[in-house]
Amino acid sequence: MGNTVQNNNAPENALKPRKSISPAFRSKLITCGMVVALFIIVEILDGTGNMSNLFSGLLVPICYYVIAALSLNLVVGILGELSLGHGGFMCVGAYASAFFTIATQDIITDVWIRFPLAFLVGGLTAAIFGILIGIPVLRLKGDYLAIVTLAFGEIIKNVVTALYVGIDGNGVHFSTTSTDALNLAEDGKVIIKGALGITGIPKSSNVIVGFVLVMITLIVCLNIIDSRTGRAIMSIRDNRIAAESIGINVTKHKLFVFAISAFFAGLAGTLYSHNLSGLTANTNNFGYNMSITILVIVVLGGIGSMRGSVIAAIILTALPEMLRGFSEYRMLIYAVVLIVMMIVNNNPTIKAKLSMIAPKVLIAKFRNRKKNNVQKGAEG
Amino acid sequence: MEFLSYLISGLSLGSIYALIALGYTMVYGIAKMLNFAHGDIIMVGGFIVFTLCTTLGLDSIWGILGAIVGCTILGVIVEKVAYKPLRSASPLAVLITAIGVSYLLQNLALLIFGSGTKTFTSVVTIPKISLFDDQLVITGETIVTIIVSVIIMVGLVFFVNKTKPGHAMRAVSEDRGAAQLMGINVNATISLTFAIGSALAAVAGILMCSAYPSLTAYTGAMPGIKAFVAAVFGGIGSIPGAMVGGILLGVFESLSRAYISSQLSDAIVFAVLIIILTIKPTGLMGKKISEKV
Repeated sequence: MGNTVQNNNAPENALKPRKSISPAFRSKLITCGMVVALFIIVEILDGTGNMSNLFSGLLVPICYYVIAALSLNLVVGILGELSLGHGGFMCVGAYASAFFTIATQDIITDVWIRFPLAFLVGGLTAAIFGILIGIPVLRLKGDYLAIVTLAFGEIIKNVVTALYVGIDGNGVHFSTTSTDALNLAEDGKVIIKGALGITGIPKSSNVIVGFVLVMITLIVCLNIIDSRTGRAIMSIRDNRIAAESIGINVTKHKLFVFAISAFFAGLAGTLYSHNLSGLTANTNNFGYNMSITILVIVVLGGIGSMRGSVIAAIILTALPEMLRGFSEYRMLIYAVVLIVMMIVNNNPTIKAKLSMIAPKVLIAKFRNRKKNNVQKGAEG
Repeated sequence: MEFLSYLISGLSLGSIYALIALGYTMVYGIAKMLNFAHGDIIMVGGFIVFTLCTTLGLDSIWGILGAIVGCTILGVIVEKVAYKPLRSASPLAVLITAIGVSYLLQNLALLIFGSGTKTFTSVVTIPKISLFDDQLVITGETIVTIIVSVIIMVGLVFFVNKTKPGHAMRAVSEDRGAAQLMGINVNATISLTFAIGSALAAVAGILMCSAYPSLTAYTGAMPGIKAFVAAVFGGIGSIPGAMVGGILLGVFESLSRAYISSQLSDAIVFAVLIIILTIKPTGLMGKKISEKV
């Protein structure tokens, strides 16, 4: 229990001159430092021209996968609910922000004003959907919740592919049948063209914007976990009835997690849509597959561990591209790696055998650290 | 009359969903895991029939037998290799492993058969029936699908309720530890469940590919998800629930495609699911689990 008290005061304590900083704060510093260091290395490599085209093309995807994984980790790791619809929130964010960008392209010409506003629009729209989906979630748990989030993701993907939206002097027009049904005025333009999606989005995303967003997401997530709210959320995860009985408002906290998680997923979606010139929603980019990809990152990185999510997002985004040399075998290898990693990580017998092969000292050190981490709870 | 024809095609589609959902729900009831690779077993079944009948030119009965046996073996192997080592692991770890298996099967199929769409030759030879002066046409595939599904469901209910292995399955799903103490071989029972589930998926795959004759490596993904939805809709773990859920889902899909919007039919189906689960959180026939403090 002493540990928890120490965690409580971590940020304030760190400001005062002290002999040592609290483990929680150190853990946060290491996580953030790692991201900053990686960014600096990447920038140096890029600046000196040592980076291949393939890899520099991967930087923005890595950023949005990191953000998406961090935000999903809030739901899966901290709230302890399985969500299979995170791709849906990204989709909402991507479409809302791209719509905003194109609609205001002629009014707000300065990209430095328009792009942050686009992020805000993408994030907030996704957050509204997060609250909407959070309402049925309050009554459901476990696999039933998983299926509702999955269904939500599919609904979003499905609706967006059937949606036609245009804008003219009279305002915004919607239709689900065709462009002609919009009845636009002469000066109107069609922005979302059904299955063709949105075209002509300015490519504003770059690695610096991505890095800033990753840092914001990371700091917000880490601080939520290490706060009164975060501890309340984790207490709901560990024992809902006990948490309720000591006066924690379960409804409020669950909705909060869903909203904030959806907000960041919306940011990731915005980054995604502004990295492409044409945005469409299909089975591969949004919906089921995207949600699963993000979930795989979270689980492989370690449920509840933000640092793990960052590392896993980088590795798993880069891995299929790194394996491009094996072209047709790469997804096969990815699948095998996934299965083997899950079995090795979770099977007690295999773990015991591995520890016999590996140097004893290292394992002992790792075990101790793990034990400490378990005591500290999930914090970074 | 139009309504009747949509209803019948919905029933046929729903029977296929129900067959797949049965596999999902049985595996969930006994192994307490969501087997996301289940949908891809359908695709494997389709490809086995395609290889045996179209490529090698064998009689369709061999194709059907081959697919059922092949999928059963595949299901048991997948369980032994990928899921058995994770018996004691967290449900999420098993879920991710199942997703890994699903990717593996899809990509193996891509590697072997290529990414092009294969045209599946229907295994059904019954001619279509025209009723009421051609106003209502029922294809042979529809008739066979509905009849086969009904036979399988009746057989399955009989098996689970009246036979010894069926009793063992119910006992394991009720309480694995207690079942083991009573001398039930839990591992064998779980293998049997996977075998039955995969055989059902093979049958569903053949019926589905006969009705909608295009086959790719991703053929099983969407029906798999829909069947999962159907299983949860009916109350996951409940066998009658999966049947009712599957059939209702198929009928909903067919009717909303016909009367509301063909593009939005999936969205409507999923929205109905969300609404029903919000009203009845454990599905139509799911057991209500009371929380212990």
